[in-house]
Amino acid sequence: MTIRAQIAMVLNLDKCIGCHTCSVTCKNVWTSRSGVEYAWFNNVETKPGVGYPRNWEDQEEWNGGWELSKSGKLKPKAGGKLNILSKLFANPDLPEIDDYYEPFTYEYDHLQSAKESETVPTARMHSALTGEKMEKPQWAPNWEEILGGEFKKRSKDYNFEDVEKSIYGEFENTFMMYLPRLCEHCLNPSCVASCPSGAIYKREEDGVVLIDQDKCRGWRMCVSGCPYKKIYFNWQSGKSEKCTLCYPRLEAGEPTVCSETCVGRIRYLGVLLYDSDQIKQAASQEDEKDLYQAQCDLFLDPNDPDVIKRARADGVPDSWIEGAQKSPIYKMAIEWKIAFPLHPEYRTLPMVWYVPPLSPIQSAVESGLLGEPGVLPDVKDLRIPVKYLANLLTAGDEAPVVSALERMMGMRAFMRARSVEGYDDPEILKSINMTEEELTDMYKLLAIANYEDRFVIPTNHREYSGETPFDQDIAFATRSECGFSFGNGCHGGEPESTNLFGTPTHKNTMSGKPRDSHEKF
Amino acid sequence: MSTYFNTLLFGIYPYIAIVTMILGSILRYDQNPYSWKADSSQLLSRKGLRWGSNLFHVGILLLFFGHLVGLLTPHWAYDPFISAGDKQMVAMVAGGIFGSMSLVGMIILIWRRVGNTRIRATTKPMDMAILLILFVQMLLGLATIPFSAQHPDGSSMIALASWAQSIVTFQPGAAQFIAGEDIVFKLHIFLGLTIFLLFPFTRLVHMFSVPLKYVLRSGYQVVRKRG
Repeated sequence: MTIRAQIAMVLNLDKCIGCHTCSVTCKNVWTSRSGVEYAWFNNVETKPGVGYPRNWEDQEEWNGGWELSKSGKLKPKAGGKLNILSKLFANPDLPEIDDYYEPFTYEYDHLQSAKESETVPTARMHSALTGEKMEKPQWAPNWEEILGGEFKKRSKDYNFEDVEKSIYGEFENTFMMYLPRLCEHCLNPSCVASCPSGAIYKREEDGVVLIDQDKCRGWRMCVSGCPYKKIYFNWQSGKSEKCTLCYPRLEAGEPTVCSETCVGRIRYLGVLLYDSDQIKQAASQEDEKDLYQAQCDLFLDPNDPDVIKRARADGVPDSWIEGAQKSPIYKMAIEWKIAFPLHPEYRTLPMVWYVPPLSPIQSAVESGLLGEPGVLPDVKDLRIPVKYLANLLTAGDEAPVVSALERMMGMRAFMRARSVEGYDDPEILKSINMTEEELTDMYKLLAIANYEDRFVIPTNHREYSGETPFDQDIAFATRSECGFSFGNGCHGGEPESTNLFGTPTHKNTMSGKPRDSHEKF
Repeated sequence: MSTYFNTLLFGIYPYIAIVTMILGSILRYDQNPYSWKADSSQLLSRKGLRWGSNLFHVGILLLFFGHLVGLLTPHWAYDPFISAGDKQMVAMVAGGIFGSMSLVGMIILIWRRVGNTRIRATTKPMDMAILLILFVQMLLGLATIPFSAQHPDGSSMIALASWAQSIVTFQPGAAQFIAGEDIVFKLHIFLGLTIFLLFPFTRLVHMFSVPLKYVLRSGYQVVRKRG
């Protein structure tokens, strides 16, 4: 057993209002540069829908993630190493920019610079790639916002597998939910596995998956290798980029930008301890439905004295062990079992988990369930089909999702009875198999969701990179350095001025000044 | 061509080109690692890339190794196995096939780079320049085949190989070996050396990053320790 720690995230979809604040703040911080206008390290999709890039969930199309070979060996779905190398010249699984959308800017500058005219000047849409005028956008990170578009197209959603979907196109039966998505910082990342340069790596101390911009050669295998399509190819720098889990903030004990700014307070960050020797075994379960439980089994009880002893021996700092003991993630994922990994069937062991959303009760009045205290409605009556959620979160296994939904409904019913009727209903506790203490704790974390309960992030311990702080120069060497850069050491990324080794072709057009389409090389 | 220019172009220029390539590449790798990349444009358009890029790359890689082995293997090393004339015939046939492959690929790539507005917009001047230089070089290379055919004894080939071997072993008078060769060979060599010279300033540097280490990586995962 080798114990490592990871900062994991849980998103409580029950409270997501789809406001896109996470996406916007993330974009402002990380991807407001030329070459990544189209990239959203965090985006919020409305489900059901095919998402962004189009149909990303369907690995029959993109060959992302892992699969078991006939002999039961775990290998990237795109193929083994030689197979991946054979695709270097032209990667057949790479999405095209139109699968995301053609990046564009509105010509805001024109509003101020236009000469006097009979009609009001307008800000036309211009392609950020070519500078040419565009008639209308064709796709976006939230194109199917609040069920926009025809059901026929949205129903191509991969999660409708084994769901009799035709009825959900009818107005009376329609349902929706939001799905905020970011890099999963997987335990078994297939982007890392498919990077021929070895530029992508997982940090041992906190599990963040990063791309070394100086080592990336732009072979673009990671883009197709990631089943969540959360690695983006910067078409200007020729390198791949991804969510960094805001590691400069995490290192200082602060939550990621998306979590910090979430107005619904749906995001949680905390430490999980896991046995890194068991990763391969956990990802190699024969039955896809066993993957969720296998991943849960990887996580270790941070209060177990043996685990603590072992974690210390493996170099996990005490503050991280303490963080793991207070971790909201451990409670939701392991103790209460209300949070689930996104698409465990990709076998990447993702570390951003989701609490499934409750939804209005279908035909509640007819089924005569309303107003009956002490009785929980059947989750089968919820508008969102359980099978749909199970396809999203547990590789189709409905039982864990049902249990989570029941616990969430039970919590509401219990707290409602307590605060409205002044009565603690033991029947509810029994039916959802929780103690009163657990339930009130869950209520506090989910409903009140105080900042300090949501984010339990121990600071990074640079000094632990050596045996003692003094036999390692790193803590001293990195002092006063630039915290974050896009390669070339402390310099910026691409040079602005003429450079012998290549000058950028595009300026940042997010200023509202479109590229002149007559610009030639 | 005067002896002076012959020596300048084929006795001195090779060293200028090779030193520039080596030092320039080291400088770029060290000072500007962020610019070191394959610079794929597949994200913006995949059309034509499957045929174009594969044909071009496979063809030119085989040509590269063909030149490397063909030019730098000393005469005595292959003499017991194959005559110079037969070796030249192998070179002509293989070069013709792989050269044509590469040429077709390159035509597709040029058509794509010029014809697709997105690709054109993201093309740096040096990208276009090196693509056209490679194209001309390929045409020149294919054009040498009929000239080689005029010397079925392999004498041209031996002269060129002697030149290359003299250059890499720092022998004086290397340029004399090719003083009497046809102009096509000279142009092909000159342009080839120019590609060496331009190498560090183009996307060609990705050649140095062929990810062979990937095959040797134990398992698939990469984990970095703190620090």
